[in-house]
Amino acid sequence: MSDMIIGANAGFPILTVLTVLPVVGAAIALFSGRHARGVALLTALASLILSLVVWIRLPGDGTIGLSEFHQWIPSTGVDYHLGVDALGALMLVLSAIVTLMSIDAAIRVHHQPGLFYALVLLLESGLIGSFTALNFFHWFLFWELSLIPAFFLIKLWGGPKRGPAATQFFVYTIAGSVALLLSFLAVFLSTGSMDFLALADLAANGTLAQMVVGHLGAVMPWLAIGVLAGFAVKVPLMPFHTWLPNAYAEAPSPVTMLLTGAMSKMGVYGLLRIALPIFGPQIAAMRTPLLVLAVLTVVMGAWAAAAQKDLKRVFAYSSVNHLGYCLLGIFVLAIPVSGAAAQASQAAALNGVILQMFNHGLTAAALFWFIAMIQMRSGGLRGVDDFGGLRKPAPVFAGLMGIALFSSLGLPGLNGFVGEFLIFRGVFPLSWISAAISVLGLLVTAAVILTVIQKVFTGPVPERWAAFPDLHSSERMALAPVIGLMLLLGLLPQLILDTVNPTVVNLLAHWRF
Amino acid sequence: MLAWTIYLSFAGALVEALLPKDRHGLARGLALALAVAGLVIAVAAYAASMGQGTAVITDAVWVPSMGIHYLLVADGISRVLVLLTGLASVAGVLFSWNIELRTNQFFAFYLALIGGVYGVFLSGDLFLLFIFYEIAIVPKYFLIAIWGSTRREYGAMKLALYSFVGSAMVLIGLLAAYAMAGSHSTTLADLAHAGLPVSMQMGLFPLVFVGFAILAGMWPFHTWAPTGHVAAPTAASMLLAGVVMKLGAYGCLRVGIGLFPHGLDPWGFTFLGLGSWRDVFALLALIGIVYGALVALAQSDFKFVIGYSSVSHMGFVLLGLMTLNQIGLDGAVLQMFSHGVIAGLLFAIVGRIVYDRTHTRQLAELETMHLARRLPFAAWAFVIAGVASMGLPGFSGFVAELQVLVGSWRANPWWTAAAGIGIIVGVAYTWRALQKAFFSDRLPTPEEHPKTGWHDLGAITWPEITGVALLGISTLVIGLYPRILLDSIEPAVKALLAGGVQ
Repeated sequence: MSDMIIGANAGFPILTVLTVLPVVGAAIALFSGRHARGVALLTALASLILSLVVWIRLPGDGTIGLSEFHQWIPSTGVDYHLGVDALGALMLVLSAIVTLMSIDAAIRVHHQPGLFYALVLLLESGLIGSFTALNFFHWFLFWELSLIPAFFLIKLWGGPKRGPAATQFFVYTIAGSVALLLSFLAVFLSTGSMDFLALADLAANGTLAQMVVGHLGAVMPWLAIGVLAGFAVKVPLMPFHTWLPNAYAEAPSPVTMLLTGAMSKMGVYGLLRIALPIFGPQIAAMRTPLLVLAVLTVVMGAWAAAAQKDLKRVFAYSSVNHLGYCLLGIFVLAIPVSGAAAQASQAAALNGVILQMFNHGLTAAALFWFIAMIQMRSGGLRGVDDFGGLRKPAPVFAGLMGIALFSSLGLPGLNGFVGEFLIFRGVFPLSWISAAISVLGLLVTAAVILTVIQKVFTGPVPERWAAFPDLHSSERMALAPVIGLMLLLGLLPQLILDTVNPTVVNLLAHWRF
Repeated sequence: MLAWTIYLSFAGALVEALLPKDRHGLARGLALALAVAGLVIAVAAYAASMGQGTAVITDAVWVPSMGIHYLLVADGISRVLVLLTGLASVAGVLFSWNIELRTNQFFAFYLALIGGVYGVFLSGDLFLLFIFYEIAIVPKYFLIAIWGSTRREYGAMKLALYSFVGSAMVLIGLLAAYAMAGSHSTTLADLAHAGLPVSMQMGLFPLVFVGFAILAGMWPFHTWAPTGHVAAPTAASMLLAGVVMKLGAYGCLRVGIGLFPHGLDPWGFTFLGLGSWRDVFALLALIGIVYGALVALAQSDFKFVIGYSSVSHMGFVLLGLMTLNQIGLDGAVLQMFSHGVIAGLLFAIVGRIVYDRTHTRQLAELETMHLARRLPFAAWAFVIAGVASMGLPGFSGFVAELQVLVGSWRANPWWTAAAGIGIIVGVAYTWRALQKAFFSDRLPTPEEHPKTGWHDLGAITWPEITGVALLGISTLVIGLYPRILLDSIEPAVKALLAGGVQ
């Protein structure tokens, strides 16, 4: 793959522009007082348009395109190297959509709105940078850049226990980052390179392991564990998830949308772009414990969601469960296979993972948006048992949130179904027992979501909610494209799959376990 | 052209001293103008000399009988440090804008200190370097003793005594080297080529190295640094951490390693696992990194946190010097610049922006003041300075410390592991200070309330904004594009390594 690096600076540096745009928007928003929201919306909209241009201009063969390459700090192997394939581009589109939704949802920020929107836009830049970087230094810069605004968004605008939640979030993520940094420092000391593509090439022909052993001894498994730890915290993989429910619950809902909709995908993306290509054999050696943890994440995430009384915590654990499917679909790829049927299963699983990343981002962000709207109407209440019968006073609200809930449940015809179906379709032939146990997660999730619908929207209407306001027209207009996209992708998943599939084939062809 | 940085500063010091006492505005304006002129010269000379090697600026015989030259030379390392001095001096004047006590004298001492620092970085002759080095010590004492705060006489005296002990050690080493070399020249280049015997180098190296390293805050000779920093007025602590500690590190590199390269050779035996002065000083540097960070974590005074963090970060410079390889030394020089800018910014925020308004530096009291809401500018400036100090990528500290770590790995992997611990603790103490000082939600207890009333904190003034912007942008620009400095540092270090250091 490394032959693509050279001479790749073709034309307009769209990825750089896409990364810098939110930073510029943030600077303007910071100083534009009450116009900050408008500035932020315009910036996010422009980002979305640019990211769609990236998606359209992707190379058709699934390889990495739109590359930019410049020397940066030669002495430390640091280059400015950007590029995306369908995986990266899809994450760009998702980040742009979720950021736009988040800013849209943040109508109740009265305290320092300029700073709030500036931090959200900085976070978007962090996301975009980490989804386009192909050099460790550059990637790490944006990985960390996204952490700082996220911390302050929780710390300054969060709920009553925001302080401890923000600190816990920060400490867990920084610990994971340090592990990642140390692993890549060791790889750099052994190879002199920080370029993901070059390192993947070295890993594919086996020289990476030899070089590391030659310089540092038999530490390769530990380096893989360090990298996995960094991503496991971010996604999260149980048992590294304990920061998540607190952070998701205490963060203001628009920020939770960003955390679950886009930031959690940084971890999944890192596994696919960085961990598997560079540490494939080491991950393959650990696949059994990793699969056990992934299955645990799926099942326990769903189970924990069932035990929650706070709607935000219900969906926080439900997010753990949904991302567990992604982890399951990824770790199952490390099982050695031969034959066309097994390879087709692998391709199905990976297609499913990438689709699930997008769909979960969209659906989870929408669900937290609905929670924000509920809180706005209820004076802050968001307990599962605080409501009842809301579909009578607010039928449109109930209908639209119902669509999002059924999408989360994985109802066929909505976007959530296809990804999960493809993951199970791929996992079952490769590790039937993982698939069989994980089905429990599907069942429990269905029960959780149906319970939420039942308790919140059906039954008798309590006196106090008799005048629960329905969605007003501006909310309907804001939500319409999101719900529309859920229906569209449920019916026409090939809009994404047709572009993603060549990248899946390309990725699978380059990984060596 | 660079020589004018020295002359302008000293001339300015003289004029300031002669100004009438009550002309505060004039004294400030003059100091700012001269500092800016110095910075402009430094930047212009830096830009003009990109890619050039060592250049002689002025060479005149000074004391013919002893072979002493008035020789000013600049190479890539000097130019980077002159640039740092220019930045720090402008920022220091901006953060001294509220000095009302004997303003003209303050800036007279200030400019004399700056002139001495420029002189050290540009000296090509050992005696000249030593004279400038001494000139820089005296104003430091007065700045702290007259304009300082907490235990200022103690802090000033401790700093002066440590500095003089260090100077004395250096002087003995230098006289011995001069006598033994027999070349009747005191220029650094001539002394380096004098071919001093290896045993002699091994004896003199630790004397000279420690003499300079005291000023660089090397453990266990660092204790002057936190007390001195805390006692000093803001501009003086900025200069102390920002450039004066670099004088020590620069002396270690240019004089210690430059003149006595064989002083670092193995002794031929090992004692407690240490086989050379290199091992000894690397160990001390590592203890400084970890110890400084741990002590910073336990401080209750905001300024002491920053004071001890300087000890920790300067440990990286000394560790980088002991790697004796290209990337490690590059990292050490870059870290000198980076720490100069970041420490200057941290001290400015703590000393000027926060302390001058709240009149307390106790973290426990600051916790109840909700400064993030009342002084958002200070809070966000500290966030930037703090994450830069932690070594977050995108800021100058990351590249510098990364290079030191890579270099030390090539020298001895255990050094890297130990320094890594220091970095992790560094994140912890910075984050702790940030949370407590600015972002705490704690309400004052009834006993605390009267002490920390919600008095008016006063608006942020333009010199503060300008100063923060100047330093903050510098660390960001160097962090994002370190080649601006590395392209000068690398050839200079290469030449130094080729000059005898193995």
